[in-house]
Amino acid sequence: MSFYNAKAENVSSPSVILDDMILTKDMPTTAGSRMLDSYMSLFDAEAVSKLRAAGYAIAGKAAVGEFAFDLIGESAYGGALVRDGKLVSAACEILLSGEADAAVTLDVNGSVRRASAQSGLVSLKPTYGTVSRFGTVPVACSGECVSVVAETADKCAEIFSVIVGHDAKDGTSLSASQCQAALARASAPKKVCVIEDFLQEVDADVKDKIDAACAAFEKAGATVEKISVPTLLAARAAWNILFSAELCNNVSRYDGVKYGYRAESFSGIDELYTNSRTEAFGKLLKTAIIYGSETLSTENYMKVYDKALRTRRVIAEKFAELFAEYDAVLLPAVSKMAYTEEMVAEKHDLCYVENLYTAPASVTGLPSVVCGGVALIGPALSDGKLLSYAKIVTGEEN
Amino acid sequence: MRYETVIGLEVHVELATKSKIFCSCSAHSYGAEPNTHVCPACSGMPGMLPVVNKRVVDYGMKAGLMLNCDINRITTFDKKSYYYPDLPAAYQTTQWFAPVAVNGLVEIETSKGKKGVRIKQIHMEEDAGKLVHDIREDTTHVDFNRTSVPLIEIVSQPDLSSAEEVEAYLERLKNLLRFARVAECEMAHGTMRCDVNLSVRPEGSDKLGVRTEMKNMNSVEAIKRAIEYETARHIDALENHTEILVQETRRWDDIKGKSYAMRSKETAGDYRYFPDPNVMPVQIDDEWFESIKSSLPEFPEVKQKKYEEALGLSSYDAEQITRSIALCECFEAAYAVTGNAKDAANWMISEVMSILNARQMTYDQLTLDGRALGELIKLVSDGTVGRANGKKILAAMFDDTAISPKIYAETNGMIVSNDTGLIEKTVKAAIAEAPKAVEDYKNGKEKALMAIYGKCMKELRGNCDPQVLKTILIDMINQM
Repeated sequence: MSFYNAKAENVSSPSVILDDMILTKDMPTTAGSRMLDSYMSLFDAEAVSKLRAAGYAIAGKAAVGEFAFDLIGESAYGGALVRDGKLVSAACEILLSGEADAAVTLDVNGSVRRASAQSGLVSLKPTYGTVSRFGTVPVACSGECVSVVAETADKCAEIFSVIVGHDAKDGTSLSASQCQAALARASAPKKVCVIEDFLQEVDADVKDKIDAACAAFEKAGATVEKISVPTLLAARAAWNILFSAELCNNVSRYDGVKYGYRAESFSGIDELYTNSRTEAFGKLLKTAIIYGSETLSTENYMKVYDKALRTRRVIAEKFAELFAEYDAVLLPAVSKMAYTEEMVAEKHDLCYVENLYTAPASVTGLPSVVCGGVALIGPALSDGKLLSYAKIVTGEEN
Repeated sequence: MRYETVIGLEVHVELATKSKIFCSCSAHSYGAEPNTHVCPACSGMPGMLPVVNKRVVDYGMKAGLMLNCDINRITTFDKKSYYYPDLPAAYQTTQWFAPVAVNGLVEIETSKGKKGVRIKQIHMEEDAGKLVHDIREDTTHVDFNRTSVPLIEIVSQPDLSSAEEVEAYLERLKNLLRFARVAECEMAHGTMRCDVNLSVRPEGSDKLGVRTEMKNMNSVEAIKRAIEYETARHIDALENHTEILVQETRRWDDIKGKSYAMRSKETAGDYRYFPDPNVMPVQIDDEWFESIKSSLPEFPEVKQKKYEEALGLSSYDAEQITRSIALCECFEAAYAVTGNAKDAANWMISEVMSILNARQMTYDQLTLDGRALGELIKLVSDGTVGRANGKKILAAMFDDTAISPKIYAETNGMIVSNDTGLIEKTVKAAIAEAPKAVEDYKNGKEKALMAIYGKCMKELRGNCDPQVLKTILIDMINQM
């Protein structure tokens, strides 16, 4: 059991650990899959180029679940990582051990946010389009973001300020001025709301984290209101449909023809595809491929996929209404403070359920900061402000 | 019973942009070594994102406007999924929901007269690569040079009813698209490809019969043969119940002269189209639209009419020149300099086009500066340069488009001399060297004179008015 898929030697400070979804030309990028075992990219991700240019050492590549969309990393080709009986994320463990100053990861389906909530770390899933996705293994392109994890909000802000920026190589990249705007910090929020609908199924210790965060905001002079917005619960269904469809399409390229794993025995091209994919892909990925393939079929497209696209818009509009009144929305990031191997053994696609809390920000592209075990969501480009608010929750010194 | 054939075409045309549709690789790899025009993006490696080549949208709009289409001001790209080794990402980025152009109309002319063919839509998409089968090793190689080369697919309504109409339609598409300089449209190069959707029904019926789609025709002749074969097969099936027609895709084998079933509707793959989240919708604002619209040339028949009516060209000359926009532009520029349309047309047809033919260049490959051609025509017509030297200068101008005909004539001693002293001296020497020819001429052999004339012209390097030379020559012989 190793937290590293690749480890650099003689790493100087400041250093950043990448998760294995971020392409590097000097280290393999596996995406946690047997399919890409020892795959070497011809180029660095844009975020990596920026980090290197700014003098950050790359400490290595942290293990990830297969294509990084699982609960917390349990679907990795190398096996689940467990500490003290609980499932852990490699990137967060490496940070906690002090072997890197920050982590830069691809947030596909919230696993990074869940892991940072459970490890007491701070993470930023930025506004979609502020950090280039050039050089990230594509899974759910309409929502996934290059994200930052660190021990403090200020460290997250520092790393974010390095990797943010317009990139002509990414057609969804926001303008330079929009990217710049995302860096603006703030003092305390005036008004924060907690969406009660998301507290129904969470454990008591998660509720305690929510209460503590509310208390911290109130102490800082903010008004905290508990409100019900049941529409937002639909974000999960919409996101599950959209991300599975995109995933199915994006992993189609791994067919054993050009690079990556190829089955040893096959006769004919169809068997080459089938055997290679059957042997190299794990159970959760296969499940997601089937979900995605179904939702995109001619029969289901209008009934399912198109509806999910419309729901995405409705959720975004709902958030816009909320942000007319509130500076930030407070949600749990997880339903429980630890996951066990038994849980995923019982339900291997638990990530499709537990992403209830992360889907709202994934599906809308809104920025989300996890701090003190809870999640904050703010309006587009409020990334820097959310990190300022996070300091109130964590009690970080200014 | 009499039957009629109902045909709709799907024509793929490679756009003549410099680079590919979503990356900066060169789009021109015809004849190149395999996999030399490839990058991580167009070979489907993870981590590269598509960035739309704006020029492709320009060309897509131009094609749409040339075919009288409406342009979708918001046009989007979608992913079409299928597995094939020549498709590196296992999806093709194409336009399914909002293609660049819709509802067009193309007029064709056949022996039965004029007819309009409706265009359903034109969409932009990326090409796939090529599989190369190695028989010796019993293996297959993939060449990704062609992947992501931009294409447009022009989908017609089922408005065509014969091989002749199909040929006229394809010829018309080629003419219009070449005129707008958006495509080469050369079937032999694969820059124009055509799938034929065909069905047969009793004459006068308004119900469509069972439709089959035929692929793999590599020339207009093959398309015509395929249509004739498939029509006969359908009629035979309906008349004689030799087989039951099913909706399917068929492969044309031009050597055997037969079509073979590839896949039926039931077994056809589901392409699982969905909007490509990595390509933002392309918004075509008024400024962009107008700039494209105003960049388009007049239609060839409009030019032809103008050449005949306003410039007084014969319809043959006008038709010849309007075969290519490059010829038209060269001609118009030359005419602007000389003011003599007939003269400029003569030079275009008898000199410029014959040099292109001799050099095996297409008319569209003409890069000659029409203004320089005009200057050359003037030099020849006012007698400054002899016609034979004029042709030599033109050939030099083909090799080097920067050449000024006047300077070239001067530096290469091609200016006609009016120095009668020099001419007389040359003639005198030539006569002295050819007593036999002089005698033959005097004995009534007119032709004998031409040998001496030719020698003098050569000696004078062509820089002599032919009439002046001839007069002096005859005078001097007569005086002997």
